[in-house]
Amino acid sequence: MLEAPPAARGRTEAVAPAPPAPVSIQARGVAPLAGALGAAFLLGALLVGLGIGPARIAPLAIVGSLVSHAGVFHRSSPLDAVSDAILWQIRAPRVVLAALVGGMLAIAGSAYQGVFRNPLADPYLLGIAAGAGLGATLAFAYADLGANQGVILPLAAFAGASLAVAAAYVLGRSAGGAHSTVTLVLAGVVIALFMTAVQTFVQQQRAETLRAVYSWILGGFQTADWQEVAAVVPYIAFSCVMILLHRRVLDVLRLGDDEAASLGINVGRARLLLVFAATLGTAAAVAVSGLIGFVGIIVPHTIRLLVSPSYRAIVPLSLVGGAAFLVLADVLARTVLSPAELPIGVVTACFGAPFFALVLRSTRGVAL
Amino acid sequence: MSAALETKAVSVTFGRDRILDGVELAVPAGGWLAVIGPNGAGKSTLLRVLTGLVAFEGEVRYDGISASILGRRQLARRVALVPQQPEIPRELTVAEYVLLGRTPHIGYFAGERRSDQLAAERAIARLGLNRFANRRLGSLSGGELQRAVLARALAQEAPILLLDEPTSALDLGRQQLALELVDQLRCEAGLTVVSAMHDLTLASQFADTVLLLDSGRVVEQGLPVDVLTAEIVGAHYGAAVHVIRENGSVFVLPRREEARWEH
Repeated sequence: MLEAPPAARGRTEAVAPAPPAPVSIQARGVAPLAGALGAAFLLGALLVGLGIGPARIAPLAIVGSLVSHAGVFHRSSPLDAVSDAILWQIRAPRVVLAALVGGMLAIAGSAYQGVFRNPLADPYLLGIAAGAGLGATLAFAYADLGANQGVILPLAAFAGASLAVAAAYVLGRSAGGAHSTVTLVLAGVVIALFMTAVQTFVQQQRAETLRAVYSWILGGFQTADWQEVAAVVPYIAFSCVMILLHRRVLDVLRLGDDEAASLGINVGRARLLLVFAATLGTAAAVAVSGLIGFVGIIVPHTIRLLVSPSYRAIVPLSLVGGAAFLVLADVLARTVLSPAELPIGVVTACFGAPFFALVLRSTRGVAL
Repeated sequence: MSAALETKAVSVTFGRDRILDGVELAVPAGGWLAVIGPNGAGKSTLLRVLTGLVAFEGEVRYDGISASILGRRQLARRVALVPQQPEIPRELTVAEYVLLGRTPHIGYFAGERRSDQLAAERAIARLGLNRFANRRLGSLSGGELQRAVLARALAQEAPILLLDEPTSALDLGRQQLALELVDQLRCEAGLTVVSAMHDLTLASQFADTVLLLDSGRVVEQGLPVDVLTAEIVGAHYGAAVHVIRENGSVFVLPRREEARWEH
């Protein structure tokens, strides 16, 4: 349609005929180098996480043991039975769970930032984690969890989280319009404070569940086992796949509702799908790990700055980077005060709070 | 033969306000219609109706096909909109931005194919943006940015181009340049253009028909020389103007009638 014959050339020459210079018309996705570095970073973090602890296990021994367990090459494990049990029954589920939760929180952060067109959007700042916390607390207090804890807790957390994100969005929108960066965050903070207050009330009413709730809120992966991993994998896998599939749509949403709609995107539906997926995954992560802040803001922003501002790079690399980041944070949490453990939320906050201040300074309230 | 773009009794109501009231228009393929009218007359709303962004009563037809049976994506393949104040993601490159214009041709979960890259490449070349293809949008000047936005709309490969006040942010020279560019694209690519315009002189020089909206109603529609008279402009804009006709062109100039204030 655009190939008009030369005879139909315009009566005016506002633009000189463009020389056919070779230009690269491509969206910056994950470049091979960035992808390889990300994968290497995650692999390194996993080996560090598996190897470091009261009993040190060398990276080669870990790989050897993995090979023997996988049953390929029919090699026997280089580890003795005790080390092998430490590695696969204690450390591996913990490291895998940290990686799943970290990747989930980071990719959810990138999705919220894209959907709300707000560089400060994050599962914690939007009150989503507090809502999930309230949902989980209610489950602890009023439901007979027992053996069904792995099933009920994520669902209860999801219900609370959905309520929180809807409330924060409605409040932020009514107070400052859809594009105001700071209003949305303020609304999220208000919702989080309110949800936390209700949570405190519930805890006070049901003091007998206090210990269970408190140790859960503090967060961390001390109690991680393969059952917990299996309980969250379906939610996190679904959520990550949904967000990954939307990475191009997230770039289109940057153009604002009207322009995205004029390009054929059903904006309301896209936003709903993305928020649903991110909130479901976040709730599942919170249900097994407690409250761990700042991952969803540190990781996507670092990738935005270092690699590319396109969501095609931010989304997949946030998944990988977030996983590696939380595995390393967990290593710090269990080694800094060893044999005691630092709550992992304390570790991420130590990195996150200064970083957040930096992002706030550089954006100065401008929507992305 | 049906018109490229046609409306029948289009009305839009927000709450109790009637923003558009029974708008009828028809633009032949390859034509340029300028929508003029005072502030708040409904120009932008009319363009939003034509883009399918706002609910309306009545009917809009594209090449004889009713908007009611077109999906959002199908509509986006027929109509491209250049908004008055486009949202500019400053960190994206021109190439990335223009590629977003290919969205109606790309599956919801899919990525760009080679054909999309080629279409974006053509749009970039046509607007002389080759040099800027890998520059960030945030580093462009106002005129360059305007061309990038046009390139994005062009990459959409829709036969109808809607422009909402395309020149409001530009200086006089760049206004002319931008409109010449649109006219060139119209001729080369066979586009049908509808533009909301403030500047009546420019509207008369570029459009082949003008449509005057006032309070949501079409009050005049026809050739620029017929619509842009001192009486009609004065009545609907509440302005005192002097209209000069010269070699088929119309110049609408503001005129101060007398000193209104005692010194």
